[in-house]
Amino acid sequence: MTSTDTERIVRAHGGGGEMMGRLIREHIVAALGNPRLNTLLDSAVLDWSGGPVVFTTDSYVVQPLFFPGGDIGRLAVCGTCNDLAVMGATPVALSLGIIVEEGLELSVFDRVLASVAAAADEAGVSVVTGDTKVIERGRGDGLYLNTAGVGSIHSGANTDPKRIAAGDAILVNGTIGDHGIAVMSARNDLEFETPVVSDAAPLNGMIAVLLDAGVKIRFMRDATRGGLAGVLVDITEQSGLSVEIEEHLLPRRPATLAAAEMLGFDLLSVANEGKVVIVVAAEDAERCLKLLRGHAHGKDAARIGRLADTQPALVELITAGGGRRVVQRPYGEELPRIC
Amino acid sequence: MNRQVEQLAATLNCEADRLRHRVVFMEVCGTHTVSIFRHGLRAMLPASVGLVSGPGCPVCVTAQRHIDAAIELSRQEGVVIATYGDMIRVPGRSGSLEKQRGLGADVRVVQSTRSALELARRNPDREVVFIAVGFETTAPATAVAVLDACRDGVTNFSILPAHKLVVPAMVALLASEDVRLDGFLCPGHVSVVIGAQAYRPVVKRFNMPCVVAGFEPANILAGLIALARQAADGEARLENVYSAVVTDEGNRVACTLLDEVFEPVDTVWRALGSIPDSGLALRPKYARFDALTRFEIVPGEDEDHPACRCGEVITGRTTPDQCALFGADCTPLTPFGPCMVSSEGTCSAWYKYERHGATKGRKGNRQ
Amino acid sequence: MCLAVPAQILEIEDDRAVVDLQGNRVRVCTALTPEAIPGTWVLVHAGFAISTMEESAARETWDYLREAALANEAAEDAGESA
Repeated sequence: MTSTDTERIVRAHGGGGEMMGRLIREHIVAALGNPRLNTLLDSAVLDWSGGPVVFTTDSYVVQPLFFPGGDIGRLAVCGTCNDLAVMGATPVALSLGIIVEEGLELSVFDRVLASVAAAADEAGVSVVTGDTKVIERGRGDGLYLNTAGVGSIHSGANTDPKRIAAGDAILVNGTIGDHGIAVMSARNDLEFETPVVSDAAPLNGMIAVLLDAGVKIRFMRDATRGGLAGVLVDITEQSGLSVEIEEHLLPRRPATLAAAEMLGFDLLSVANEGKVVIVVAAEDAERCLKLLRGHAHGKDAARIGRLADTQPALVELITAGGGRRVVQRPYGEELPRIC
Repeated sequence: MNRQVEQLAATLNCEADRLRHRVVFMEVCGTHTVSIFRHGLRAMLPASVGLVSGPGCPVCVTAQRHIDAAIELSRQEGVVIATYGDMIRVPGRSGSLEKQRGLGADVRVVQSTRSALELARRNPDREVVFIAVGFETTAPATAVAVLDACRDGVTNFSILPAHKLVVPAMVALLASEDVRLDGFLCPGHVSVVIGAQAYRPVVKRFNMPCVVAGFEPANILAGLIALARQAADGEARLENVYSAVVTDEGNRVACTLLDEVFEPVDTVWRALGSIPDSGLALRPKYARFDALTRFEIVPGEDEDHPACRCGEVITGRTTPDQCALFGADCTPLTPFGPCMVSSEGTCSAWYKYERHGATKGRKGNRQ
Repeated sequence: MCLAVPAQILEIEDDRAVVDLQGNRVRVCTALTPEAIPGTWVLVHAGFAISTMEESAARETWDYLREAALANEAAEDAGESA
């Protein structure tokens, strides 16, 4: 084998033979190894001590693969852990599916795996099983990842949109829109650099603090691609109540806001990867905020609004100037515009 | 809460109390429309002051034939379309650029004409066509790109010329009999280029108050106060409350460059029809940069959906909620007309920020 | 019809400039504002400086936005080191 064969992904890396064995042993297991993964059996065997299993999956196709504050590997771990965490579950194990384009540099592959390992460490979870496929050059964007995760439900968890009541407080654990702006800046055709970094972070540790303390959480959802707006609309649709938020209470970084103004984005619709919207009984709001602010991922947590029983059920924003407007679910893809 | 905005809203209410009848002002500019909605200013307006949105959204006024031409260009072998993000979802007769991209067309979103020209330099074996839409604010950037391409001998760059001029459209509106307005809130950033004096003929000929305003809530309210005051006093003057960036004469450098590259030409506006001297064509000297001639494309006719009332919306003749398609058939996901497609379109702004009328009425009043 | 934001020129070469936009660095063209020099505040639209402006006016625009934004320095620091 010549050295150039080992510098880039070739099709044989997905062929089930010696090359694939080496990729798994020397790169994947080397980065992510743990007793369960190291067995390299067809499935991982998990011990389960009764109680419900929470199970989720998500695929990651971000471009570019690396952006300020994160990369596709970190996203793949945080996204799935957060999907479990907002259900009140503690992530126990992840699977990692890799679809890689022929020609990708192995050093890039390794960097992503190292990032998966670091994020998994941070989240306190292991990758216990996985799969790798190589696709023909030109048929993919370098690298796609899929993670599935299982978790065990926290004894204090009882989140259900049906329990949301008028008067409940709405909290968010920090500044919004940072991830979307950071990724946008990394796309070279937009010609701007930003100090804003992605907020991609596993939130299960922070959420466990709330659950351990017995905070009366009615509902949680991580605000990802649809932004804060998407989650707030979900809340009105699932609870039948109106959401009222106040613009001046929204945590936003000035640099993020400025970039959004330039691009014509509404930060409420811009993606996050480390933000959770928490609906909590009003009497518990202050305590919950205090707990959030005591955690690294919740320093800028804020109470941004409340539930109201006004009909029709809508998300309404009280603007900084005292006006009111309706907040809608975003169309899907935020495009920079001139108007 | 912003105290300045509250005070200005109170002042506007005081001026409105002096009005002897209800007045209707037109915010010509789509960015004003969005800013007014986004900041919830409509909820602060006195009952005697009505606001209608004008033809100031470049996406909304781009005739269907120009969209169709862009789509046809995107189908040409070896062509890369460079466009502002605003245009990507606008439907022509046969889909949108977004749809063409799905079918294999090479469509790139750019933030500036510089990036479009750069694309051409980096891809010498491809033809890069820039979709040149926008008003006087945006057109000088196209002029600079054409001049740069000319100077550097970039031969694989061309533009689809669809720029529009604001003042001729305002004149055309006022000249039509069924449009009744009591004043214009003039577009701040167009005025940066053309200067406040550009509206003087409108004020004189139609005895129409014109106030140039910026886009912050406080500045918009200041503009509305000035309009209400003129209306109450029975005056028609030109005022500029955005003097931070708008001068009387405008940006002379930008105007000179525009004049070097383009000449005024009659052009078709969606819903308004052909308006004399309201568009910009490349001067003969730069005609080789015209993508339509380069690719021998002849724009066809417009075929708008018969029930779509975008035309009446952007001339202030009706409001979006009066359209039978609005909100049910026509939504941002399934737009029939340009006012719903463009994020600064009036219908889109209504749908996004004011659907169900939930924010109608005075501040604090809930339905 | 036209989004535009105030920014301050950091560096400039011919008509290619880099501006500071509340901490973001943006490449803009200054062909329409040949009078701009480093330190000048400009109004940026579609990658072009379309006008110069007084610092006080630029700051007013951003003050309005910042008023609603999180303005504490601790948050900024966290953003840069996370």
